[in-house]
Amino acid sequence: MSDKLQIELSGVKLANPVIPASGTYGFGDEFAELYDINCLGGISFKGTTREARYGNPLPRIAECGNYGMINAVGLQNPGVEHVIAHELPRLKSHYNGCIVANVSGFSVQDYVETCALLDKEPIDILEVNISCPNVHNGGMAFGTSPEAAAEVTAAVKAVTTKPVYMKLSPNVTDIVAIAKACEAAGADGLCLINTVLGMRIDIRRRRPVIANRYGGYSGSGIFPLALRMVNQVARATSLPIIGCGGVSSAEDVIEMMMAGATAVEIGAANLTNPMVAKEIIDRLPALMDELKIDKLTDIIGIVNHE
Amino acid sequence: MKQTILTIQGNDCIAKNVYRMQLAGDTTGILPGQFVNIRVEGQFLRRPISVCNVTKAKGERLRAPQNATSVFGDPAWAKGVLTIIYKVVGVGTEAMSQLPVGTQLDVLTVLGNGYDLSKAGDNPLLVGGGVGVPPMYMLARQLREMGKNVRVILGFNTKDEVFYEEEFRQLGCDVTVTTVDGSHGVKGFVTNALDGKQSYYYTCGPLPMIKALLQAVGTNGEVSMEERMGCGFGACMGCTIQTTQGPKRVCKEGPVFAANELLL
Repeated sequence: MSDKLQIELSGVKLANPVIPASGTYGFGDEFAELYDINCLGGISFKGTTREARYGNPLPRIAECGNYGMINAVGLQNPGVEHVIAHELPRLKSHYNGCIVANVSGFSVQDYVETCALLDKEPIDILEVNISCPNVHNGGMAFGTSPEAAAEVTAAVKAVTTKPVYMKLSPNVTDIVAIAKACEAAGADGLCLINTVLGMRIDIRRRRPVIANRYGGYSGSGIFPLALRMVNQVARATSLPIIGCGGVSSAEDVIEMMMAGATAVEIGAANLTNPMVAKEIIDRLPALMDELKIDKLTDIIGIVNHE
Repeated sequence: MKQTILTIQGNDCIAKNVYRMQLAGDTTGILPGQFVNIRVEGQFLRRPISVCNVTKAKGERLRAPQNATSVFGDPAWAKGVLTIIYKVVGVGTEAMSQLPVGTQLDVLTVLGNGYDLSKAGDNPLLVGGGVGVPPMYMLARQLREMGKNVRVILGFNTKDEVFYEEEFRQLGCDVTVTTVDGSHGVKGFVTNALDGKQSYYYTCGPLPMIKALLQAVGTNGEVSMEERMGCGFGACMGCTIQTTQGPKRVCKEGPVFAANELLL
């Protein structure tokens, strides 16, 4: 059974393709109260920056019907040195799976310093977030121009031996151009998509719900958009892709892989059902039998094979 | 944190737009001042609601839900009853108010830190405003069981909104109700009913009330805070406030904070 679910990302073996997405899983502590998180394929830990950040003013959360939510947390985190000294050792003490280190920055130098520090640590993959919609002068600014995306990619690659996966924004005219720029600059893989820039208004108070006005929309409502972008990028590049965006069931995982993803991140669904990642992993073998899939690796990008 | 299925045993309107829901099942481990997070069909996010009371399920108090006989096959049915009181303020709480007895709900329990009862002293003061009243009830009950002289001030806008005055009295608390329009009890705000004799205080209510209270009685007490939450269990950082001790998640390090660590 283990072979059926196993996948590989740039030489890193994962027991299954399911990875909780950064920012929806902290460092796993809260979920470990409910189940053994060693069942996961990997964990993408909370977006980490060079310095500690409080993030944006409250409210940071707005609901979007039954289909999702908007968040404008703004990369609240204790800073990379604190993460290396406290959160990472704590995670390693009870979790043996793949660790995806999600990093963000406000300048190329920020990314370089944070990734250089993490290069010496027991993490498996660097996930470089150039797509956070909730911070000014950084984050998404690097992910909306092919030149800037390439610059960050090359700069990070120069200071690390870890596989570098660039996390892309959907808030662009042409995500394929950004993906190709990252590939040309030496990225080992891609993760897409981050949240979609959105807004809600409190019609009684006549003002935006989110204190920061706009925020990142996530949840099952963005799944078709994410799937389409994963498929476009899979057809245009040869990099492994971690598919992300609105995934909330084992069926969604299969669909994302058929579109071209090698692994799949679960985001907002973790926040509404903290058991969802485990439930998806438990459900996959039966669903594969039903769909006559022997190994998950057989279906990666299967809709792209003519 | 626990994830469990609880069965609605009662869901009644007890004041204007205010409902009391009783939920049977595994209620173990729940402390006064904590909250639960309820999945409501048709809503993406759960609804965080403060704990009003937890009691052991006594045989005579168990009513058979007419359309959910299967719950009797579930041993959890016998473990306890959780009472929550919520105000209908939007689509989620509106949907909750329509749920019939017997409905099974997916609930996260044992969330947040709860009040520190060891600091109460002999004459604790409990101040609740509006839907900040419910978390005071289980606290008052346990403080009474510890033999404390509990004074309770309950603040509302008007008499149609008043609830639980009698329930607090039955616990043996010294109860004062205030209404802003004077239609019931003392006219004015909770701060109009202070006597300055408390050994310690516990409070929950709207921010303007909490600010006024802290100005009037100082910081020798604990405050339960409310913020818009994403997950309610510490994962999303949606509800983090700044405190004198650095950033803290209302859902995880809170919702109860020492009054002197708040930056209001």
